[in-house]
Amino acid sequence: MLKLKTVVALASVMTLASCVHVQPWVRAHERGILADPIMALEGDAASTRYINHVYDARESARGAEGSAGGGCGCN
Amino acid sequence: MTKLHSKLPCNSSLALNKCLLCLFTALTLFAATVRAAVLPEDRTDVLYHRYEGGGMMVDGPSVLVRKQVKDTFSFWGNYYVDMISSASIDVMTQGSPYTEQRVETSVGVDYLHDRTTYSLSHTNSNEEDYSADTTSFSLAQEFFGDMTTLSANYSKGEDEVRKNLRKDGAIVDTFHVGYASHQRFGVGLTQVLTRKWLVSLGVESVIDEGFLNNPYRSVRFLQPNGDVGTQSEIYPTTRNSDAVALRTMYYLPWHASTRLEYRYFTDSWGIRSTNYEIRYIHPIGNQWRVQAKYRAYSQNAATFYSDLYPYENAQNFLARDKELSEYTNSGYGLGVTYEIKTHYLAWFDKTTLNLFWDSITFNYKTFRENTEENIVQFGAGNEPPYSFNTNVVRFFLTFDY
Repeated sequence: MLKLKTVVALASVMTLASCVHVQPWVRAHERGILADPIMALEGDAASTRYINHVYDARESARGAEGSAGGGCGCN
Repeated sequence: MTKLHSKLPCNSSLALNKCLLCLFTALTLFAATVRAAVLPEDRTDVLYHRYEGGGMMVDGPSVLVRKQVKDTFSFWGNYYVDMISSASIDVMTQGSPYTEQRVETSVGVDYLHDRTTYSLSHTNSNEEDYSADTTSFSLAQEFFGDMTTLSANYSKGEDEVRKNLRKDGAIVDTFHVGYASHQRFGVGLTQVLTRKWLVSLGVESVIDEGFLNNPYRSVRFLQPNGDVGTQSEIYPTTRNSDAVALRTMYYLPWHASTRLEYRYFTDSWGIRSTNYEIRYIHPIGNQWRVQAKYRAYSQNAATFYSDLYPYENAQNFLARDKELSEYTNSGYGLGVTYEIKTHYLAWFDKTTLNLFWDSITFNYKTFRENTEENIVQFGAGNEPPYSFNTNVVRFFLTFDY
């Protein structure tokens, strides 16, 4: 089972790497909207880090927050 | 206290961790095959944070500084302080109010090579009764003309848990209680779908081992004579969890945007949770930006949690942490950003002033407000469920240079 999952993971990344010549369907001159600050998933690092820390201290759920953090005795 | 080792099943989390580790390794091997991304911009954030509610007040500064070197390295550092004044429900029913301070320092570096960004960071957190050191590594690879970003991360944390002895509010002694370690494995995929729409999927597994409970907290149980007794919590020495989150940003036709987020969490302690958030961001002119959000969270209780056990040593594992009970929270938030344009700050490319306020209400279903008054009025185990509201403020300046 471990060997099959390793093969699947490797195959996935190799497939992605081999597809680098796919032409992007959003051209460079069309990406102005995506570069707008209002389109940033996480715009302010210190502020985002802090609010994620508040949720982490008061909730059981953790992981997949989108930002790294450290431990604390905050419970 | 006799420490019992966990025999709770953790096969699914270990299998997911192996898969994530394989993907992480494979991504590392093929990382250099395609062209470059961009490093984060040089910037300094100076933030004041404040959390007030549930008998607790925690505030302090956070300063984050980032600077590029030779267009390939970006160094950053963060200095963060929590000044804590606590009279929470646990403190009031099991101890006495206290104050303390936690200092967290982080340093990190991002290295850009072609379309791959390698990131390494270290965080140290220190308070009188708890120390934590966490090292994180991640890499991000862009594909398809920067339309797709695949990322992977790993972190390892080592904590020391101690216990303070206080007399008249002052710490008179501190002694070692135990150690805890934490590992995280995560992968993420961000995809530009259209010129107005992008989506991000993240999966992360966490493995905790060691002393995982709060050394100050006790559980309560019914004594044969009807009185309530207390004994120390006993937690499993392992905890494995998986979380998957989906986030999306969409540009609205009137020059605004909306952000949606959904996360599902599950762990080996029997906890399942979901949270979702919707956020609306609206610029006003070319200097103002306002945003509003609503977030909701719900979870069930850990399998070994109980507000009131029927007798002493009722089971192998005992917990009365309200964060392990069945509860929901919901909150709304407002934020305003103002870009300061003055010749006094001409040295900076951009300067903003920001104020964010969140109001979050917690409603516990299986954690009761066991104050002396409630026990007398309602009887032990029949007190009203606990709830509280908290206000979270973030006031910060940002300087781009």
